[in-house]
Order: sequence, then C-alpha cells, then structure tokens
Amino acid sequence: MQYIFPAIRLWLVTFLVCVVLYTGLILGFAQVAAPFGANGSIIAVGGKAVGSELVAQKFTSPRYVWPRPSAVDYNAMGAAGSNKSPTSPDLTKRAEETITAYGATRDRPLPADLVAASGGGLDPHISLAGALYQAERVAQARGLSRGEVERLIEAEATSVGGPLAPERIVNVLQLNLALDRQER
Amino acid sequence: MLASILTIILVVGGTALLSWPLGKYMAALFSGRFAAADRLFTAATGGAGEQDWKTYSLSLIAFNVVMFGFVFLLLATQHLLPFNPDGQGAASIDLVFNTAASFTTNTNLQHYSGESTWSYLAQLGGLMWLQFVSAATGIAALAALARGIGGQSSMGNFFLDVQRASFCVLLPLAIVVGVWLALAGVPMTLDGAASVTTLEGATQTIARGPVAAFVAIKQLGTNGGGFFGPNSTHPLENPSFWSNLAEMVSLILIPMACVWMFGRIIGRPKHAAVIFGVMAALLVIKLTAAATFESAPTMAFADLPVQQDIGNLEGKELRLGAITGPLWAVLTTATSNGSVGAMHDSLNPLTGLVPMAGMWLNETFGGVGVGMINMFLYIALAVFVAGMMVGHTPEYLGHRIEGREMRLVVLALISHPLLILGGTALFAATPWGLDTLNNTGAHGFSEILYELSSSAANNGSGFEGLGDNTPAWNIATGLVMLIARFLPIIVPLAIVGSLMAKRRSAESAGTLSVEGPTFGVMLFVVIVIFGALTFFPAAALGPIAEHVTLMR
Repeated sequence: MQYIFPAIRLWLVTFLVCVVLYTGLILGFAQVAAPFGANGSIIAVGGKAVGSELVAQKFTSPRYVWPRPSAVDYNAMGAAGSNKSPTSPDLTKRAEETITAYGATRDRPLPADLVAASGGGLDPHISLAGALYQAERVAQARGLSRGEVERLIEAEATSVGGPLAPERIVNVLQLNLALDRQER
Repeated sequence: MLASILTIILVVGGTALLSWPLGKYMAALFSGRFAAADRLFTAATGGAGEQDWKTYSLSLIAFNVVMFGFVFLLLATQHLLPFNPDGQGAASIDLVFNTAASFTTNTNLQHYSGESTWSYLAQLGGLMWLQFVSAATGIAALAALARGIGGQSSMGNFFLDVQRASFCVLLPLAIVVGVWLALAGVPMTLDGAASVTTLEGATQTIARGPVAAFVAIKQLGTNGGGFFGPNSTHPLENPSFWSNLAEMVSLILIPMACVWMFGRIIGRPKHAAVIFGVMAALLVIKLTAAATFESAPTMAFADLPVQQDIGNLEGKELRLGAITGPLWAVLTTATSNGSVGAMHDSLNPLTGLVPMAGMWLNETFGGVGVGMINMFLYIALAVFVAGMMVGHTPEYLGHRIEGREMRLVVLALISHPLLILGGTALFAATPWGLDTLNNTGAHGFSEILYELSSSAANNGSGFEGLGDNTPAWNIATGLVMLIARFLPIIVPLAIVGSLMAKRRSAESAGTLSVEGPTFGVMLFVVIVIFGALTFFPAAALGPIAEHVTLMR
C-alpha cells in the first residue's frame, strides 16, 4: 500500500504534464505556425477540397499521371503496404497487371517505382522517370504536345533531400492540378 | 551511393555527438544536481526516501500496475468517452489486453491500425501517456542500477527518478521534435478525418489527428507505436526527407546518451567509451549488411519489363530517400524502438534477417535505459568468462561476481531465446500461427519468428503481413512482452542488490581492466557467440532458407 498512493499521484502529475500540457502546447503551436500542415495539407480548388498534398489518390483516366500501386486501393482510412516478400509470386502477378495497364514492353520497360507498392499505400510521389514515362499518354489524351507535358513535369520535379538524396521526384496530385490548369 | 553514406554518417555520427552532452546532463540530473526541481517532484508524489533494490522494484511494479490498469480501462471504454470524432467502436478485449501490455512494456507492438481502431483520447491519454512513462521507467531503472553498481549506498527513489526522466529529459526533447515535425507538415489537430472529392470525382476520406505530438515521443522513447497503421511510412506521419532525418535522430539519441549517463554515474567514463565502441561496432556491421542486401532488386520483377536500378522498392516511400529502408530497419531494431520507415515484411530475405538479429542481441544501444541494462548482463557474462579463462576471481568495478549473481545473469539472458524459440515452435506447429500467415514457405516461418522476437525484445516492429489480431496472438504476445519486460529489469536490480551487500575490493593488477580494448573485444565476442549459437538454427529455417532457394 505504501507504494500505491505515490504511484497514483505519479499517474496524476505525469498525465497532466505529458498529456494535457504537452498536447496543448504542440497543438497551439502547430495551428498557429503551420495551419496548412496541421490540418492535413488539404488542397482546395475553388473552395472545394480535392485531396491532401501528402496523400496519394486514385487516378485511372489516361488524362492524368498515375501514382504508385497501392495495396489498399488508396484508402486513407486504412493505409498499409502489400507486406509481400520480394520473392513472392503474388507480387509478380500484381506487377504483370500494372505492366498491362501501362502497356510496357521490353523495349520500353517501366521504372520500378511504378510497379512497386509503397509502405503505406499512399505515397504521394513518383520518380521523375516515372512521370516522364507517362507524358506521351497524358499528352495524347489531352491533345497537348508531349513537350508541353514534359515541361510541366520538369517544373514540378523536386529533389528528395538536396545533397543527401539528390534523386528527383514529382508530387502526383500537384502535377495533375497543374495539367488541369494548363488545359483551361 | 555517396549520398547514402553521407546520410548514414550524419544520422549516426551526428547523433553520437549529440548524445555526449545529453548523457552528461542526464547524469547530473540523476545525481541530484537540480535540487529545486527534485524538491518539487518529491512534494508532488510523496513516497520520498532512499530505496534499496527491493523497495525500488516494488515501487516500479506498483506504478506499472497503475499504468496497465488505467490504460486497459481507458481503451476498453473508449467508445463511451469524448474526443472520438471518427466514432471508433469498442475494441475486442484481447486486443485491449495486448495493446495495454504492449505500451506499458515500452514495446508498442500493434495488432491494429490506429486510424481505424482508437479514439484520440485513447491514443493521447492512453498510448502517448504510456510512451512517456514507460520510457521514464526504463531510464529510472538504469539510474538505479548505475547507482548501486557504482558504489552508492542506495538505489535512489523511483518516484523521483520517473519525474526527472519524464519532465527533464523526455518532455523538453519531445517539444523540440514535435515542433520540428509540425513545421515539416505532420498534422496536429483534434478534428476528425477530412473528406475530399478527388480530381476524378471519387470521395476520399483522409484520417488525421494529433499526430505530431504522438510521433515525437514515439521516436524519442524507443516506443515505436505509430499513430497510423503503417507507422512512419505513412506520408502524414513522416511527410518529407527532413521529418525523416529528425525521426531517425530521435530514434537513437536517448539510447546512446544512456551509455554516457551510466558511465558518469559510476564514475568511469572510459568504461562507457568501451561499451559505446562495442555497440557502435555492432551497429556498423548491421548497417553495412542491410544496405548491401537491400541494394538487390525486387526478385519478383526480375523477368518482367521493369527497370530495376535502385534496389528493392516494394514497401518503400520515395520521399524518404534510398537509404532510409535499411538504415531505419537497423536503427529501430538495434534500439528497441520498433517504428518502421519501410515495410520489413517486404525487405529482401537477408535484409530481413538483420533486424531480427538486432532484436536477438537487443543491446546495440537498446531501449531507453533497458538497453544498457541488457548490456550489463553481457558485461557480467564477459567478465565471468574472462575470469575463468585466466583462473582469476571474476570482478566488475570491484565487485566479486560469484555463483549467485551468475545464476541470475543466466536466468535473465536465457529467458530471451527461450521465449522467442519456444513461442516460434508453438505457433509454427499449430493453426494459431499457420492460419495467420501472409506469405508461404520459409517467409511464413520468418513472419512467426519475427513476431515473437519483436515481442520478447520489447521492440514492436513486425512482418506486418501476419494477421496477428487473433485471441491466440494477442494473449501469447501480451504475456511474452510482460515477462520479457519485467524479468530483465528486476533481475539485474537484484544482482546489483546482491553485489551491494558484499564488501568491495580494490582492483589489483590481476583484474581485467574494463577500460581497455581487450575488454572491448572480449565483450564483443561473448555477445556474438551467445547470439549466433542460440539463434542460428532458426535463422537458417527462415530468411537464409528463403534466400538460398528463391533469390537468384
């Protein structure tokens, strides 16, 4: 018993400080200093929320650039990866479907990121190569020239982490929004 | 390649540099250098006074019972309580048991997805609270052990130590990291999920919540339990390369600082440097292995028209950079964190072996506080073996290590493989395990082996394909986590209590110096041989079998 009362008082003080005070502090800071990110990086077009900059959404129309495959079909209420071993025949089967959808051939192989599902199934980015691979299809569907689409892609491409990770990636939603703006 | 090496040097080397002043500060804190704060803490809880190993352990157990009991009740009744904007329903009672055990023991094994299971109150008031106080429990236990082995007459006071660790170490660091994450784009809101209409006209519901605060302490306290199901691979939990850097640094900072803290409290910083060196050597070996194995492309795409020039991308996020998969996998299992930056189930077979090896050894910095306590057991073993080899009474810091202490050391060390291998045998032979697999053959065996290794190491990561939210898995891993948490904390305290009762002798010329390279090599060899001999057969049945039969 001599230990239970201090233990309960310890529960009370740690709960007040580490939960109530700490949460309030970070919440207040985030909502004031970085409200866009704090509320989920939701992008609105004409007052209507069209998606989160950080969360992949499903694109199947040839007019849009497509994101990486998602093991959960882009369900942002139940994110997950495939959790398949890289040796699994199930992965080969899934990849074959993706390859058919893109119409990839040995002469024009798909960049790996367009075939491999991401960890959370919501990766908002594809590689620059993956975006350029889709330029021809998007250009045709929209009646644009391939050069125009490629210029847009280049403009949207960013480096992952500067000198520490120089590879270039493209945010799919931002790129597709830019494509829609271009056409208008 | 060069960029990857730079990232590793920055994360591991940079954190090692930061850990030195932090360890110094923690040693001062736990030596009572901040008297005003200590007075305030003592007034807050009562129960003051110096404690021996028994009363310290009893206080620890009493508080952990309160932790478990409170969170069990909170999780079980979440659907009746406020702060539940997404209307989460009642969870099954075995999942509630597993989750309460998991977060009380600093494991954070998750048999659920946060965004579809727990209310914000359950996540913040239950799980995040435990992420603070379970980490503080580990740090407190290390402080007590260090005081005892360092020659002080008492082990300190548990209630005071937990507040020192919570309010003066974890809280300030969590505020810094939480602010960084909020600025990097991690959500921090009490509003429920956002509903959007996609460009193609579909409705997408996007889970969010008070994520930044949660993730900061998840990383700092070697907790690892994510706000969302896929942990730090989820773009809202880890939105950029820069949030990723902060999360990886947070992952190993306090475990590294604990070594310096231990060295300073016992008054032997050079000894701490040797221990740090052994841990760092093991870490570098694991990093090299994982980075090499993971640069092999995804085997399943080998015969398809796919350009594979950047290694295995299945289960990885592009924005986190190429090296994050293997680097994070090693760091999170070297410490007992268990958060993930890539899906471990989808790592190449031999890469997947590296995190398992990390959990089998469980002291390459290890969990906050408890990693160094595990290392203490290996040190006692190394000193004992060295003493036997030269025919000299084994001594550690002037304490004679005798039969009674060695029996306790072996009990604590053996319990780890016993829980892992015994549990794996049980689940690999029965429908309890076989019916829950996501992959077949050797990889399926690896899923079971990983789950039990993760529970026994209080790690919490998983080969997440395993369908582990079943009563059998929930109860079994819940029990494993509880045993594997409290046995390796209480037994070392008992060992030190036994040593404290004996007269300390001065170190003579015949004593093995614990401050030199000879001791470092001895310790390294004991760890590797103990780990390799115990777990090699299981490794051969899982990842190694998969590699040799399926990788070309």
